[in-house]
Amino acid sequence: MGYVAVKGGSDAIHHAGELVEFYRVKEGTTPLEVAQISAQLRLAVDKVIGEGGLYAPEYAAIALKQAEGEVFEAAFILRAFITTLERRYYAEPIQTREMFIRRKISASFREIPGGQVLGPTRDYTQRIMDTAKVNETLEDMKAFLQKFESRLDKNHLQEVTTYAKVIDLLKREGLLQSVAGDEDRTLKDITREAIRFPAPRSARLQMMSRAETGGLMALGYSSMRGFGSDHPTVAELRYGTVPLRIKDPGGRIRYVGKIAVTEAEMISMKKQSKKGEAPLYGIGYGLCFGQNDTKAICMGILDRTMRAPDPSSPPNDQEFVLYHTEGIESMGFTNHLKLPHYVTFQAGLNNVRAAVKRSTQNVVTSAPTVTTQPAVTP
Amino acid sequence: MTPYTKYQSRYNFAFIDESTKKEIRRKLLKAIAIPGYQVPYSSPEMPIARGWGTGGLHVTLSLIGKEDVLKVIDQGSDASVNACNLREFIQSMTQCQTTYDTVDATLIQSRHRITEEALREDQIFIFQVPQPEPLRSVERYEFKTRQMHGEADYAKMWVSLYESFVRHGDIMLGAGYPVKVNGRYIMAPSPIPRWDIPNLSQAKTLYLFGAGREKRLYAVPPFTTVEPLEFEDVKFNIEQFGDQRCYKTKYTRAFLDELYLDDGSRMHVVNDSNFLDKLEAGAEVNPFFNPYLAKIDL
Repeated sequence: MGYVAVKGGSDAIHHAGELVEFYRVKEGTTPLEVAQISAQLRLAVDKVIGEGGLYAPEYAAIALKQAEGEVFEAAFILRAFITTLERRYYAEPIQTREMFIRRKISASFREIPGGQVLGPTRDYTQRIMDTAKVNETLEDMKAFLQKFESRLDKNHLQEVTTYAKVIDLLKREGLLQSVAGDEDRTLKDITREAIRFPAPRSARLQMMSRAETGGLMALGYSSMRGFGSDHPTVAELRYGTVPLRIKDPGGRIRYVGKIAVTEAEMISMKKQSKKGEAPLYGIGYGLCFGQNDTKAICMGILDRTMRAPDPSSPPNDQEFVLYHTEGIESMGFTNHLKLPHYVTFQAGLNNVRAAVKRSTQNVVTSAPTVTTQPAVTP
Repeated sequence: MTPYTKYQSRYNFAFIDESTKKEIRRKLLKAIAIPGYQVPYSSPEMPIARGWGTGGLHVTLSLIGKEDVLKVIDQGSDASVNACNLREFIQSMTQCQTTYDTVDATLIQSRHRITEEALREDQIFIFQVPQPEPLRSVERYEFKTRQMHGEADYAKMWVSLYESFVRHGDIMLGAGYPVKVNGRYIMAPSPIPRWDIPNLSQAKTLYLFGAGREKRLYAVPPFTTVEPLEFEDVKFNIEQFGDQRCYKTKYTRAFLDELYLDDGSRMHVVNDSNFLDKLEAGAEVNPFFNPYLAKIDL
C-alpha cells in the first residue's frame, strides 16, 4: 500500500545513509588520510574552497572524503559549515600586486615584467594515461623530491620579488578604458543580503567567485563561440599567494596569513556607441580561491559581457549568468525533482483530465463570443 | 591546559547564529506589515539542499523556542522522507518537542499542503516555497517583476489566464494558483493544491512563506482576505474528485491521493496523514470549512 510505504520515511532515510557509508568502506581499503587528500588531490580541494566560498583547505579535504570525492557535494558541505561560523571581521582588500607568484603568464605580449612564469600547470603535459602511477610508492615520491630539490639553488630565492602588471603597461599608454562614471560601485555582501538587479559589479564578481566552474565555462565559451561576441585576450593570468590583513577593533591593520588565489585579467576592445570615439580596451576581471585557471578566465569573460547588456545573448544577461551559474543552488533545485510531488501532480492532473474530456466531447467553448471581464480590475 | 577543540562542532541553538535569526525576524515583520509583498533576505546556507525547504527552515529556526511543539509535513504526510529529515534536523538543533498531531503543534512547517484540520490563532503555519514570484511565468526578469508589483501592473497575468481559458476552456493552473492578497499584491501561495486556497483567506492563523533559494519572505497575516484570480464568468474552483471517496474512511471532504495497486486498480485515500489517522481512529476532528467544500456531498 502506498500510504503504508511512506510511513517508513525515517527508517528509509537512516538506512540510505548507512548504505552510502557501506559503499564508501565496503572494499576494506586503507582509510584516506585528510592530509593525503589535501596534498594529492590539491586541485579538487581548490575547487571545493572556491565553490564553497570558504578558504579552508583542510575542511574542504574532510568534505571531499565524506562526499566520496563528489566536488558539488563537498562544496555544499563547506557552504553549510559557513553558517555555523561567527563572522568577526571583513578583511582588507587583498593586493594581487604583492602576490608571491607561482604562475604568471600573459598571452598579449611576448615578454612581460618578470617574464612568463609557467609554474605548475598541466597545460603542456600530454594527456597520456600514466599507468606507472598504479605502482607508485612512497620511495618513488621521496626519490623524485630529492632529485627535484637537489636542482634548486636556494640562494636565488631572495631575488624573487613582486611584479608590475600587464594592465599597468596599457594603462600608462592610455589604451585602457577607465571605469565609466555610471558604473555602480556600491560594495555589497552577497552572503548577507539577497542580490537585486541590476546588481553592482561588486555583487556580480562575488557571485561569480563562488559560482560553479562548469557553469561559468559553458557561458564563457558560448560568448566566445558566437552567442555574444566577446573573444578576449589574456592580459595576465596569475596564481600565487597573497597576504591577508584585517583591521582590529583598535583600528590597526594586522596580518593574518596568506591565501592562494588565481587571478585573470582579460582584455578586449570595447565597442563605442558614439561615432569617432576611440575604441579603447576594456578589462574583464576574474579571481577565485586556489588554482583554477578555467574559472578565473571564464569569470573574466563574463565580467566583460555582463557590462554590455544584451538580452539576446545569455552571457550578456546578468540575471541569466548569476542565477544559473550558482552551483549549490542549481544542484539543490535540480535534485529536488526527486522529492515526492504527488499532491502538486494531482492538482495538475485534475485540470488535464477535465480538459481532455472537454476536447473529446468536442464541446470546446466558442471563447471569443464570451465577454470575459476580470472580476477585479488589476 | 586548553582543550583541543579544533574539530569539535558546536552549533548555536536552532543552528543559525542569533544576529541572522534577528535579521530574518525583522524581515518577517516587514512581510506581515505588507501582506503578500516579497521581502528579500539574507538566506544563510543550510545543511539541507537549496530547493528542499531551506526557506521554510529559515523561518522555523528563526522563530522556534524551547517550548515550541513542531510538526513538519511534506505533501500532506508527516512520514514522508523529506519531512522526517527536516524534523530530525530541527529537533537535533533545538531539542524541541515534535508531533504528528495538527492540534498539538505550535509551529507547522509544510511543503505544499495546508492541513485539513482548521488552524488556530496560537499556531504559526510555515510554507516552503520553491518559486515566490507569481509573475515568473509571464515575465522572466526579476527586476521587471518587482517593478510590475510596485505598479500593481498585473495585466500580463490576467491575459495569461484569459488565454488559458480560450485554449483549454478553463484556467489550467493547478498547484500554486495565484491569489490576490488584501486587494493589493498578487502572491504565489506555494504549490499547494487549489483545494487549500480558500483556507488562506480570513484564517485565524499566521501564514508565513519562505523561499530560500530565491531569498524572499512573505506573509498572509490572520484575518486577511485572499482571493484566487478569477473572472466574473469563469470562476476558480477546487479539485473535483467526482464520486471518489477515501477507500479507508469513505470520507469525501478532504484532498484525496490517487493510489495504484499492484493489479493496476485505482483507489483514493485521504492525503493529510494525521487527518486520516484521526478519521480511522474515530477521533474528533475539526476540519476547515469553506463554500467550495459545502458543494461536496458527504
